[in-house]
Amino acid sequence: METKELKGKETRLMKGNEAMAEAAIRAGMDAYFGYPITPQSEVLEYLTEEIPNRKGLVLQAESEVAAINMVYGAAGAGARVMTSSSSPGVSLMQEGISYIASAELPCLLVNVSRGGPGLGTIQPSQGDYFQAVKGGGHGDYHLIVLAPSSVQEMVDFVFEGFRLAEKYRNPAMILADGALGQMMEKVELPAEGSLPHIVPDWATTGMKNKRPQNVITSLHIQPEKMEDINLHLQKKYQDMESEIKFEQEDTDDAEVILVAFGLSSRICKKVAELAREKGIKAGTFRPITLYPFPSEAISRLAGPNRKFLVVEMNAGQMVEDVRLAVNGKSEVHFYGRMGGMIPMPDEILAKLESVL
Amino acid sequence: MEQFLINPECLVYDNHIETLSSTPFHYCPGCGHGVAHKVLMEVIHELGIQEDTIGVAPVGCSVFAYHYMNVDMQEAAHGRACAVATGIKRVLPEKYVFSYQGDGDLAAIGTAETVHAINRGENILIMFINNAIYGMTGGQMAPTTMPGQKTSTSPYGRDVLSMGNPLKITEMIAQLPGAYYVTRQSVHTPKAVRVLKKAILKAFQYQKEKKGTCFIEVVSNCPSGWKMTPVDTISYIENEMFKFFPPGDIKVPDAKPLVTVTAEQEN
Ligand SMILES: Cc1ncc(C[n+]2csc(CCOP(=O)(O)OP(=O)(O)O)c2C)c(N)n1
Ligand code: SF4
Ligand SMILES: [Mg+2]
Repeated sequence: METKELKGKETRLMKGNEAMAEAAIRAGMDAYFGYPITPQSEVLEYLTEEIPNRKGLVLQAESEVAAINMVYGAAGAGARVMTSSSSPGVSLMQEGISYIASAELPCLLVNVSRGGPGLGTIQPSQGDYFQAVKGGGHGDYHLIVLAPSSVQEMVDFVFEGFRLAEKYRNPAMILADGALGQMMEKVELPAEGSLPHIVPDWATTGMKNKRPQNVITSLHIQPEKMEDINLHLQKKYQDMESEIKFEQEDTDDAEVILVAFGLSSRICKKVAELAREKGIKAGTFRPITLYPFPSEAISRLAGPNRKFLVVEMNAGQMVEDVRLAVNGKSEVHFYGRMGGMIPMPDEILAKLESVL
Repeated sequence: MEQFLINPECLVYDNHIETLSSTPFHYCPGCGHGVAHKVLMEVIHELGIQEDTIGVAPVGCSVFAYHYMNVDMQEAAHGRACAVATGIKRVLPEKYVFSYQGDGDLAAIGTAETVHAINRGENILIMFINNAIYGMTGGQMAPTTMPGQKTSTSPYGRDVLSMGNPLKITEMIAQLPGAYYVTRQSVHTPKAVRVLKKAILKAFQYQKEKKGTCFIEVVSNCPSGWKMTPVDTISYIENEMFKFFPPGDIKVPDAKPLVTVTAEQEN
């Protein structure tokens, strides 16, 4: 066994993508498989530079299809594994992600998303919300989806993502965007080795001491059996609701609540401030876990004397989940920019004033 | 399933080995998959590496290989077995890892994964079962279907002008530096099976020595997909398939006696 020095706690100024990569090493990631794509290539670049002198392994795959299936193999063999990509690459991974969800393999996926559809643009977007939270691939499954809004959270959610993935034997995804991936902020990096990992007893590590065969599969040809698997998954998704995280500010007296995740939530905080200066009682609500979604918390805030304005960098995706949560108890409005455009505070404020 | 169809007291000969489960094969009568499974598992049994071997099953007729092969196994998405095997081998480098794949799986949908795993010289064994057809989905044309061969998607016979020639992927990948040992064998006669077994033994020995990728093509049959009796498939293999896919070594290591196969294994 080689002994490589573990890094202690540290404060650094880092780019989102690099901070995530550094966090992954510190979180005890055993293996990373990825393929270059803007705006997340720094994750792979950082790891290929660092890992030879640190712990873990990194491999540039021939495609995102190969990368996600390498993740499947390594996760099935009991390793703590991660991949990252950006929108088109994540689309390419969807079959593999569905297999991983069905075979219940823990792993961490990252989408530093960009504007689409198609090859689109390399500018930031939140257009992959549906793909991330509704399953993305075929069949009934969900990822645990965490939406950071700062570089610090990109670090923290790497740890949280691995923890949740392993606790629930379910793939977890960090849904970031190109702006978060590229921006530099001060981050506190946790000490390396602070997240213990035990090789699970279901892993295909060889039938040591004549233990019974372990099999990783998502194939159950009898529909009765496949329905049982589905019921088990659905139960697991319900259990995950205890992990729901959100953040709300100035909502008590609010006549209007701005709901946004990730990068847009940062902009909405500024909009709420500007609105308060103008005498409009505005608050903010930020879902942190996009799946499971904080529906109950939103439902509690809803009522006839309050309106919601959902702001996203897409054509209106999370707004559907907000509407379901509000269930007609409040008016729900939407403001979005698409194709890599970031909404400006004054545009959002104008929209907010127009709906009051 | 009952392990003993015969009352144990009355058993005069028991060829059961621990690497093969007692589940009866679901393969059609005369299908080569069962023979290929058996010989692969015999080698793992004889080498005593059951505890240290992890296999990857494909999508194809052998999707349930893990029901019969009693080693730890993972079932990969269609075509991705080489990527899955890479993932396993990279995190468990001291274990023996093999993939077992059909022609559609390995040479059509999974061509990229196959080529790149071999190009990286992944230290694994790739077992490639070439039966010139998509068996599982009901006999459609495969990348290795013979010119003129009738399948459900080449009902007038494979027209090489519009459908291409059979893909000699084994010759292709033999060009890659990562490929250490490349051979084409078959399962159509008892003698061929014995030769195949020796090839598999060598491949595991090379894997132990961390030599790179070993690739064994097994020319096989599909009586159901070919719409032939099992006996007729044997002459089809000899007269048609061997024209395109002649059996024999394609790439062998330069160094002479790399393998230390014991006398017992030679039999
Ligand atoms: C992504 C995807 N595409 C198509 C299929 C359908 N499919 C299942 S097996 C198979 C072909 C298998 O043929 P081969 O690999 O030659 O194996 P064989 O059954 O002949 O042993 C196909 C096309 C699938 N399961 N997944
Ligand atoms: S369909 Fe063909 S390959 Fe599949 S089990 Fe039957 S004979 Fe074998
Ligand atoms: Mg086939």
